[in-house]
Amino acid sequence: MGDYILEMNNIAKVYGNGVVANSDVSFNLKKGEIHALVGENGAGKSTLMKILFGMEAPSRGSMSLKGKPVSFSSSKEAIGEGIGMVHQHFMLVESFTVAQNIVLGMEPQKYMFVNKEQAERFTDEISQKYNLKVNPKEITKNLPVGVKQKVEILKALARGAEILILDEPTAVLAPQETKQLFDELENLKQQGHTIVFISHKIPEIKQISDRITVMRSGKTIGTYECETVTEQEISNLIMGCEMDTSITKEKRDFGKTYIHTEEISYKDKSGVQVLKDISFGVKSGMIFGIAGVQGNGQSELVDLMTKRKSIQEGKILFEGKNIENLGVSDIRKTKFGYIPEDRLDQGVSVSESIRENMISNRLSSRLFNNHGFLNFKNIHAFVEKNIKSYEIRCTGGHQPVGMLSGGNMQKVVVARECGDEPNILIAEQPTRGVDIGAAHIIHKKIVELSEKGCAVLLISADLSEVLKLSDVVAVMYEGEIVAYFDQTGGLDEEKLGLYMLGIKRHEAEQIRKAVNQE
Amino acid sequence: MKEFFNSIFTSDFVYSVFRVTTPLLFASMGAVISDVAGVPNIALEGLMLIAAFAGMYFSFLSQSALIGLLMALAVAVLFTGILAFFTLYYKTNIILGGIAINSLASGGTVFFLYLTAHDKGTSVALASKTLPVLRIPIIENIPVLGSILSGHNILTYLSIFSVVFTYVLLKGTALGYHIRAVGEKKAAAESVGISVVKTQATALLLSGIMCGFGGAFMSMGYVSWFSRDMVSGRGWIALAAEAMGRQTAIGSAAASVLFGIADAFSNVAASMGLPSDLVKTIPYFATLIGLAIFSIKTYKKYKDA
Repeated sequence: MGDYILEMNNIAKVYGNGVVANSDVSFNLKKGEIHALVGENGAGKSTLMKILFGMEAPSRGSMSLKGKPVSFSSSKEAIGEGIGMVHQHFMLVESFTVAQNIVLGMEPQKYMFVNKEQAERFTDEISQKYNLKVNPKEITKNLPVGVKQKVEILKALARGAEILILDEPTAVLAPQETKQLFDELENLKQQGHTIVFISHKIPEIKQISDRITVMRSGKTIGTYECETVTEQEISNLIMGCEMDTSITKEKRDFGKTYIHTEEISYKDKSGVQVLKDISFGVKSGMIFGIAGVQGNGQSELVDLMTKRKSIQEGKILFEGKNIENLGVSDIRKTKFGYIPEDRLDQGVSVSESIRENMISNRLSSRLFNNHGFLNFKNIHAFVEKNIKSYEIRCTGGHQPVGMLSGGNMQKVVVARECGDEPNILIAEQPTRGVDIGAAHIIHKKIVELSEKGCAVLLISADLSEVLKLSDVVAVMYEGEIVAYFDQTGGLDEEKLGLYMLGIKRHEAEQIRKAVNQE
Repeated sequence: MKEFFNSIFTSDFVYSVFRVTTPLLFASMGAVISDVAGVPNIALEGLMLIAAFAGMYFSFLSQSALIGLLMALAVAVLFTGILAFFTLYYKTNIILGGIAINSLASGGTVFFLYLTAHDKGTSVALASKTLPVLRIPIIENIPVLGSILSGHNILTYLSIFSVVFTYVLLKGTALGYHIRAVGEKKAAAESVGISVVKTQATALLLSGIMCGFGGAFMSMGYVSWFSRDMVSGRGWIALAAEAMGRQTAIGSAAASVLFGIADAFSNVAASMGLPSDLVKTIPYFATLIGLAIFSIKTYKKYKDA
């Protein structure tokens, strides 16, 4: 077994509250390979990586690095041994320059002060060495996601990382950026680095990795040479059974326009034009997909539609009614659902129970509220029905949402927002960071809703999701709609990517068709 | 009215602005450092009061102004240490901890004042020392400028230095980088092995030292005795200045000077025979207006964002 740079044997992790995150996990890395770690949410991947990176101590098991046994009590020690991690949520200080972020915690000093020139020179050097182009002087806040990720990778490399853990690195990237990342990772591999690649996207895993380790319910199912397994096989291994994740959509006619926006423009506090002349219409029964790299105005658009920001220019009509002077609660009273992008921050209250989370938007409904008193019988029935129909894995309606895995948490959100069969649904990255099984259920529910006549606005950076669900697709780039496709047939991720990165754009006439009104 | 302007456009007035701004500068720098680190120290008021008492009492005991100053610093650091211990180690809410220190200070100092000076109002019975006044050679002899710039208490000069110190600390040193990183994104600092607790504790202790200087100035420079609640809101005004200065050393210093002017102004107005209870409200009123303007601005920004 001498050819392994890292071995983790029979690792178990039991948390204080009795949750078994890992039971008997074995994982090893060969020097200079790209090793994919896959599994559903809650399968124990994150815990395993946290143990490797010194963020958690294993309850049992042993680790050896380059043949000698190790144990880390902090990330600092793991970093010291040449392990680096690129977290899914970037660990960057936004107000710092690139160079400041890269040298954070190991600043070069001259007398008592930080030597800025040296920090910048150092950044340039490693940036060149690893062929990851960044500008050391740029403020991190202003960088696109792809570049931020490079900064994160450089940060780890600057600390001497030989083993690099990447936690869902492609979740935030456009296809072309992903391609670039893969080239960069190949390059790192050539230079002798070992990479652990955590992902949900099976085609990517097939493309980039040398070996694959599959985890399920806290156990390793097995490690496979990438060439020897097909995508379908990987999927089956992850799920533990064969699963068909394809979505069938009935061909249907669209009805009246439920969502209509007219030349929405928006400037943020620093005067930057975040949205420019956004006009589109979503009809009853239609799923309108908006694709785009994150940060191109999508979240501002949603904030305007959900009234978290006030409209500056243009009009938004829901079922023909101008929402300009309505408050959040007024909109909520219409048949409206919203699945927010960030479930922990906006979607749920983690310390409250599933039951409380599920009824939080319908507390004034006559069904649940009897002159100020809650009708627990109806609430209970409603919650139980949803738990069953969304296959939420939990110990019951009383369980705090924070104890659920990401996928199940998201199901609670979707169940709440779709429970009333809304006429309008805004779904913002509805399956981000959600495992295949949960994503499939959520996708099915969204399609079901549209079949019942709901107008769905789907905003997602996950192109396969956009292509799978949408009837029509618009692409946003730098606050504008730059492309509109009135059908998804013949579209693929590559093609959309060109528009998402601003390389191509449609004629104004074609974009105007997005308004969808005859 | 003429008399009024006459007394404002004098070198004495400018001189007094320096004098009244001194404790505000120290305290607002203390506020900046702690706030940037993500642990807003709202105990500035109480810490200054404790330091003022300690300075007075120990300079009386030792008959040495230097020992008084050192003890003022030590005691302020001690109490900040207690605050840091409870908030960082036992995870008490920093605001609650700050309130506790403030209440403790206002009651505790009166208690010890009575114990030592047998008076619940002032310590004039105790012959405490004051810190020296610095005459700057050459400058001292320049007309007008000399009487403005020279002859201040040594801590007044130090308070200007404290702004430079804070600025350089945050912008130029590794510790400053860590403080900023910890305050802005804890996880980022942690992920590269920076200890959040240590960094925040250091920031709090630095803010304690600032309060030590500010307090010592009150009882050993501004006046030569201790009196109950003598800090009279300067810690809170400094917090307001820090908020208006948007957590920057220079901005907060500028806001402190603004409040200092209002304070000096109220002193002049009182000496003119205007109702003293009314003019004493000027600095607080100025703070209120300043904060209102500031918060309207922030609110607008927030609303747009």
